[in-house]
Amino acid sequence: MPIDQSLVGRVFPPTPPRAVTEEDVRDFVTATGGEYAGGPAPATYPIVLAFGAMNAFLEAEEIELHRIVHGEQRFAYERPVVPGDVLTATLTVSTLRQIAGNDIIGTTSEITDESGALVCSTAATLVHRGGEA
Amino acid sequence: MSLPTRTFTITRADLVRYAEASGDPNPIHQDDEVARSVGLPGVIAHGMYTMALAARAVSEWFPGAEVVSLGCKFTNPVVVPAEGGVDIEVAGEAKQAEDGLTAVALTVTCGGQKVLGMPRAVVREAAARA
Repeated sequence: MPIDQSLVGRVFPPTPPRAVTEEDVRDFVTATGGEYAGGPAPATYPIVLAFGAMNAFLEAEEIELHRIVHGEQRFAYERPVVPGDVLTATLTVSTLRQIAGNDIIGTTSEITDESGALVCSTAATLVHRGGEA
Repeated sequence: MSLPTRTFTITRADLVRYAEASGDPNPIHQDDEVARSVGLPGVIAHGMYTMALAARAVSEWFPGAEVVSLGCKFTNPVVVPAEGGVDIEVAGEAKQAEDGLTAVALTVTCGGQKVLGMPRAVVREAAARA
């Protein structure tokens, strides 16, 4: 079933603050085959925060995760994420299109620190494979 | 300036670790049956996994640089076999951009086929930050 157009412009509640630990960053680096020697998190690390917001959004809209494929991802950084940061992501649905039975969902997530300062803006396009459903 | 091409291997075990570390439990990255049920050829790597490898190449090419922006489209799935792994090649071309930044146009391929659309990073090199 196509996703309701009224979602466009909707801002979802901020995710619970998440403390970034050295261990979290090490796990992320190790999972992508690297070695972590301390310091800033890798450039794609903010996806952890964005995923938190996306999963909450999909759950709220009762969209099944296994029908989602990532179409596009962009990051614009104000500064690198470092261990000790306490971060929150706030997701907005920016666009929604239906193409060939799939929903193409454009989202942006602003990742902010404890002081409310922007750390990273992310934009994700999610392809919802509607298929036969 | 052409940067030295980097090759990385992705295995199913990597995807399990990445799902845990990144908080993306989508079963299309773990379970062939689920992946096929939504029209995929089989288990595929997280797009973000491939993007993380592209970012890793950038960080190796420009040690200590700060990434200003990073983006790509996920144009072709990277199918990861149950046994062994699949190789991803990351090539890059760097050129000076405005404000002392360096723009890196990436080419990310799997078996000779591009898997990311217009992957691009902009970095502030360590020397330019002094």
